[in-house]
Amino acid sequence: MSQNLVYTDNNATTMVAPEVVEAMMPFFSQLYGNASSMHFFGGQIKKYVDDARGKVAALINADPAEIIFTSCGTESDNAAIRGILAAQPEKRHIITSRVEHPAVKNVFQHLGKNGYRVSEISVDRLGRIDLDELREKLDHETALVSIMWANNETGVIFPIQEIAELVKSRGAVFHTDAVQAAGKVSIDLHKTPVDLLSISGHKLHAPKGIGVLYLRKGVHCVPFMMGGHQESGRRAGTENVPYIVGLGRACELAHEFMSVEQREVARLRDLLESELTEKAIDASVNGDTEHRLPNTANISFKYIEGESILMLLSEVGIAASSGSACTSGSLEPSHVLRAMGIPFTRVHGSVRFSLSRYNTQDDMHFIVQHMLRIEKRLRDISPFGRDEINAH
Amino acid sequence: MWDYNEKVKEYFLNPRNVGEIKNADAVGEAGSLACGDQLKLMLKVDDKGLITDAKFQTFGCGSAIASASALTEMIIGKTMDDVAKITNKDIVDYLGGLPVEKMHCSVMGHEALEAAVSNYYGESPETLEAKKKHVVCECFGVTDQEIISVVRDNKLLTVEDVTHYTKAGGGCMSCHDKIRAIIEKVSGEAEKTVVPKPEAKKLTNLQKVKLIEETFEKEIRPMLRADGGDIELIDIEGSRVTVSLRGMCSSCTSASFTLKKYIEPKLREFVSDDITVEEVKP
Repeated sequence: MSQNLVYTDNNATTMVAPEVVEAMMPFFSQLYGNASSMHFFGGQIKKYVDDARGKVAALINADPAEIIFTSCGTESDNAAIRGILAAQPEKRHIITSRVEHPAVKNVFQHLGKNGYRVSEISVDRLGRIDLDELREKLDHETALVSIMWANNETGVIFPIQEIAELVKSRGAVFHTDAVQAAGKVSIDLHKTPVDLLSISGHKLHAPKGIGVLYLRKGVHCVPFMMGGHQESGRRAGTENVPYIVGLGRACELAHEFMSVEQREVARLRDLLESELTEKAIDASVNGDTEHRLPNTANISFKYIEGESILMLLSEVGIAASSGSACTSGSLEPSHVLRAMGIPFTRVHGSVRFSLSRYNTQDDMHFIVQHMLRIEKRLRDISPFGRDEINAH
Repeated sequence: MWDYNEKVKEYFLNPRNVGEIKNADAVGEAGSLACGDQLKLMLKVDDKGLITDAKFQTFGCGSAIASASALTEMIIGKTMDDVAKITNKDIVDYLGGLPVEKMHCSVMGHEALEAAVSNYYGESPETLEAKKKHVVCECFGVTDQEIISVVRDNKLLTVEDVTHYTKAGGGCMSCHDKIRAIIEKVSGEAEKTVVPKPEAKKLTNLQKVKLIEETFEKEIRPMLRADGGDIELIDIEGSRVTVSLRGMCSSCTSASFTLKKYIEPKLREFVSDDITVEEVKP
């Protein structure tokens, strides 16, 4: 592998910001106390945890008391869904979308096998949710609706304001997995009536192993982890202080860089997309480009296969991901692109480039240069679409 | 990222014999666009039946390209009769191994070769289709013949193995029972040819009962209980052990398979290597 690294797989995980590492370091050495201890040594730690809680709350305009630290986004999703259902066992209907992350999708699937009635809301060709279908499916038995804020594969942002208002008006609880949205787009929970929201640290330049569950005041949720009285009895387990402090710093930075993300990162992404779609033999963008995360580009290259593309990109130091069946470990290609009705000819050749504020314009030119070469090379091997290559 | 060995990577990065042969003497295709991989193999054959050139085009992942590269290299200079004997396992061995989830790429190579051989001997694509009429896995269009040949050539024992090798059963999973039945049938035939092992050292019946119960408890019940089943020891007569399967196991279509492929080997491992297990219905 070359020394060079162009990292464009930020929806999978991000680089830990140097400022975050710096903020965390003292808590691995001299400041090792337990935040729940009575003595001065542990007690001094509590104010750092509170400070971090405040920074996380500020990013999503919530009250610090509504922030619960967890170990990851998946834990937050599980705790939200299971906790809400345990608090109202008489309601047996739950609703989600067809394009959720496995951390929600598989929990719903499990609940479906264990006595719950599950409704899945479809998306259209651009990955937009069908609000009318949601309106129809909501009934008096609906306990919970869980729909992601933004999709991890396409970056498509759902109309969470409208969805949350609709769900609340029908008396159900609304959870949203905002793992991809937090830090990239503005979230205001004073304005948007979301009941529970999940965040993952490592998607916004904090390390892996830390997450957040936002739980609105007054919403009943049975704790998922039981034990000590940490997090006001809502999530037992000794506070992961270094990571909590790191996440606090990362949220502060995300807040600070929000406009950079929306302007500069979006500009780079748009540059990459327009260069590739114009110059490639056959490349097309997947998803609703009007309502999309600023950092995500999901592009299908027709008649070539995603794993081959990733391996060749990897050879020159470019990191990206794909919705192809061969990269998933299962034999099924991306459930998100299939739910959108994208034909197999394009799903298998889909590549997701997800950027961050650490990418540069040179990175984009480097990707374009190599991606065009790789497309040509794999099309030369492919038995399909021979005429188009000759015409190009 | 998949753990491909250096040879596989090399054959992917520098594929051999990519391209088209105009007026090929034999052409074979396998796979489909929907499944995410397809291979077209073209051969030039001289009048003595010797393959003088082979080229391929493929739409597929790294290991599909590497498998096709390897295959062309393996068959150039061989006769059509020789290459008819090549199996997917030969392709895997030539490449020094493939990740188990990627075995289907070698199978695709073998299928394209088979199709090319049939094409050479004058079988029309229609006759080939007719041969393949028993589709077991609807999702990926895999036939019973394809499953039988991989199970036999690679000594496969589980549905998961078959999925890794052919993709069959990787979609809606409704064909799992049919695949299990094929494995049972093929491995049953293979067993008949096995030579019996020499006598093991003698255990008293009491020792045997204790050991069997212990093996049930530690090795077998946890697995059965995960599927809602259980097992009970009914009797032993020399090396013949009779058991009764309970709960979900008693009505399970793969019970006899579980008995022969899982319970019996466990008892042979932990108790005595001459044990045979039989089931009595409660």
